[in-house]
Parts: sequence; C-alpha cells; structure tokens
Amino acid sequence: MRGKRKAYYASKLKRATHLLFYRRHKKPGVKGWELRKNLGKDYPKVLKILDDYLERLDLQVKTVFEEERPAGKPTPEQLDKARFFVTLRGTLTAKEAKMVGWRIDDLAGLAVTIAYIISRRGKASRKEVEKLLREKLPKWRADLNLDRYIRYGYIIQDEKEQLYLGWRTQAEVDQKALINLLLGSEETSSVNA
Amino acid sequence: MSKTATKASKRQRKRLGREKLQQIIEMCRSVEERGLDPFLVDVDDVIAVIREYFPEWEDLDDLCLDAETINRLASVIKLQSEWVKHRSTSLYTDPFLLEEKIKTLEKEAIVELFLQAWHPVVELEQISLHSLKNALNYWQNLAPLEERWRETVLEEVETGVASREELVEERILADETFAEELKRFWEELKAKTRKKEKISYWDFVGADSYEETVHRAYMTSFLVTYGYATFEIYPLEEEVFIKPNPKPVLKQRSQQLVSIPISISFEEWKKWKEGTHK
Repeated sequence: MRGKRKAYYASKLKRATHLLFYRRHKKPGVKGWELRKNLGKDYPKVLKILDDYLERLDLQVKTVFEEERPAGKPTPEQLDKARFFVTLRGTLTAKEAKMVGWRIDDLAGLAVTIAYIISRRGKASRKEVEKLLREKLPKWRADLNLDRYIRYGYIIQDEKEQLYLGWRTQAEVDQKALINLLLGSEETSSVNA
Repeated sequence: MSKTATKASKRQRKRLGREKLQQIIEMCRSVEERGLDPFLVDVDDVIAVIREYFPEWEDLDDLCLDAETINRLASVIKLQSEWVKHRSTSLYTDPFLLEEKIKTLEKEAIVELFLQAWHPVVELEQISLHSLKNALNYWQNLAPLEERWRETVLEEVETGVASREELVEERILADETFAEELKRFWEELKAKTRKKEKISYWDFVGADSYEETVHRAYMTSFLVTYGYATFEIYPLEEEVFIKPNPKPVLKQRSQQLVSIPISISFEEWKKWKEGTHK
C-alpha cells in the first residue's frame, strides 16, 4: 500500500517537474488550474514534496497570487488563479549574475527602477525613472534598458507611460528585503563618512 | 431689487460655481495624473463647494459637471485610501529618501544589494521527443507549397437573384437574429431546469454532433455574459452547472468580470457521448 502511494507521488513529482521547468506558454510558470488539471486535486501536496526536494538544489517552488498574498491559508480558488514558478532559493554572486547574461549596468538599472517604483507606491512615470537612470547611464542605454525590463516582464507600462511592477518582479524579487538593504546600506555609509 | 437684477446676479453666481467646479476637476486630475500627494485636496472644502452650488444647477450640462466633480473627488479619495494603506505596510519608505540613497550609491554596491534580494526564475526551453514527433507528423501532412499556393480557378457564372431562403441555406444569413436565438436558448435552459433548478454544463451544451456542441457552448457563454444564466463551479469536484436567471441580471461595470475557460475538445465531447465525462 505504502509502495503504491510512493509510486503515485513519484510519477506526479516527475509530471510537476516537467510542467514547472519547461516553458509551455509565452510566460514561464504554470497556473494553479493547469496543475490541478494535470496533477489532480492534491497538487499543492505534490508541490510541497517537490519544494522539499528542490531545497537540496537551492531551488524553490514560488507561488505568485493574482492579487495580494492572502493573510491565512489560501483557498483552492486563490491557488487556482495563482502562478507557480521554480526560482533560485538562495542568491547569486556577482560573478554568477554575469553568467546569467546580465551586465552590471543593466542589473543596477533594474534594481534602481524596481526600488523607485516601490517607493512611489507601485507606480511611477517613465520620464521620472529615465531621469534617474540617466544620472549614471548614457541616455540611449537608459531607454534601451527600460524597454528590456518591460519585455522581460519586470515592469509594465501603460498607455500614459506610467510604470508598474510586472509579474517577473513579483516572482523573483523580495521587495521588502531590497528596500531594507538599500536603506540600510546608506545608513552604514553615512556612519562611515 | 428688480427682477432683471436678480436674474443677472443668479447668472453670475452660476458662472462662478461652474468655474469653481472646473478648478476642482483640474486639481483632482493633476493629482491623479502627475502622482501628486492626494492629501493636497481638502475633501471637506471641496464637498462644501459642491454642496453650496448644487441648488443652482438646473441644466443637464451643469448637473453633468457636478457629477464629474464628484467622480473626480471619489478618485482622489481612493488614492488617499491607497496611500494610507501603503504607508501602513512594511514596504513604505520615503521616496525622496530612497531616491537620494540610490543616487549616492555606486552601481556595484546597488548590484551587490540587489543580488541579495533577487531569486531568478529557472526555466528551460528545449525540444523534447514528443514535440519532435509532433513536428515530424506536421511536416509529413503539410502539402507542398505548389499545391497550397495554387490559384483557385473560378468559374464564371451569370449574375442572378438569390432568395432569403437560399442565403440562409448557404449560411450567409442566419434564419433568426442572434437576440432571438439567445432568447430561445434561455427558454430551453429554463425548460430543462424546471424540476431541478440547475443542469450540468455538459448535459446542456452536449449535442449529437461535435459542431452543434461547440455552437451550443458558444451560445451558452453569451447566456452567462448577458446575465440570462449563472455558472456554479465546484473546482475540487471539477463540476460545472448552469442555472437560468428568472430575469436577465445586468452586471455592474464596477464589478470585475471573470472569464471562465471551459475546454470543449473533441475528446471531451466523445467522453460525454460515451457517458464517461464527469
């Protein structure tokens, strides 16, 4: 009986791995309802087992809810609408980040853009962000980078050229940690000065 | 005071009221569009002005201006509430303080910090044996360009007159308007649910042919969108029911509409026909 159950979850784990790692749509990740359709009603349990397994590889299953993260246990409906990704559990070193294909300027620009939008309550005009980026980047690179961040899904731009945080930022960036780190680092440098 | 003088003073007061409302609208608009502090707008003062001039409005244009002012003010109040909500979260930080900090930090330091908060998504884009097999099948069934681009030889026929029945037969005209068909569909749903209040989605849309089933699913989607019926969804049981509304229910625009994807594939239709569909 136990062996049967083990085999059942082993096959579901494989299926979940295929679904989560291989990109099936324009955006990476899988919606909860797709997982339910493919893995059955107990897909949250399968994901939990997969997440435990991935911990050894420094990876994790990340859930991004459609709206704000629910305070308590999410309902099946909220899980169905959520998107699930596999992300790095830990962090990259600067050397590794270069291997991922990001130049230091591009990453710094991304950090500044995200932090600025967060500080402006999740919405900032493109002009303001461009102005901030141009302080340290050539004009052409600032424009190009913003378009790149939009293309990758880190930020969204509306018809009035207002920028918002995109799905990829929700999935990849620990926003609270970023703000705390930025504020904290400045305090340290002021003390040093 | 003469009647003419009273009229003139009333006209002047109206003009003044219009100007004030316009100013309020402009102020609210700039707060909304330029991301200014929403608390720059003193809601109590604005409401006092709106209330003061409201008895003066008789024309439709003036009443519309009054409504527009209230609408703009409501948007600013919403911004104020979002502002309070944001300040109460742990993500709140003074934008100017953060901007200053970003400016003083070296880009290497920013990257160093960002890397501590960044957990990039892992994704693979690779061909699989399954997709290779599908691609090969597609290639085998693909007709050569010569055949696909061959021009259709059109036979010349003499012009004539077609009757409405002929156009219906050729499916150029529908034999009833869309609204009539939708109403007929609604009546059918009501008749089928007379005894048990609701019916399983597949039992309602399922028909003898797959084409007819797709058509019925298409019409059913409009029944729900236009408020003639409601879906009852049980996600865990993977069951969907449809229930007719006694009268069409018009949805409020402020309510967010939700799309519910339901797959009507040929395989599912076959399962339903064989009685194995849930």
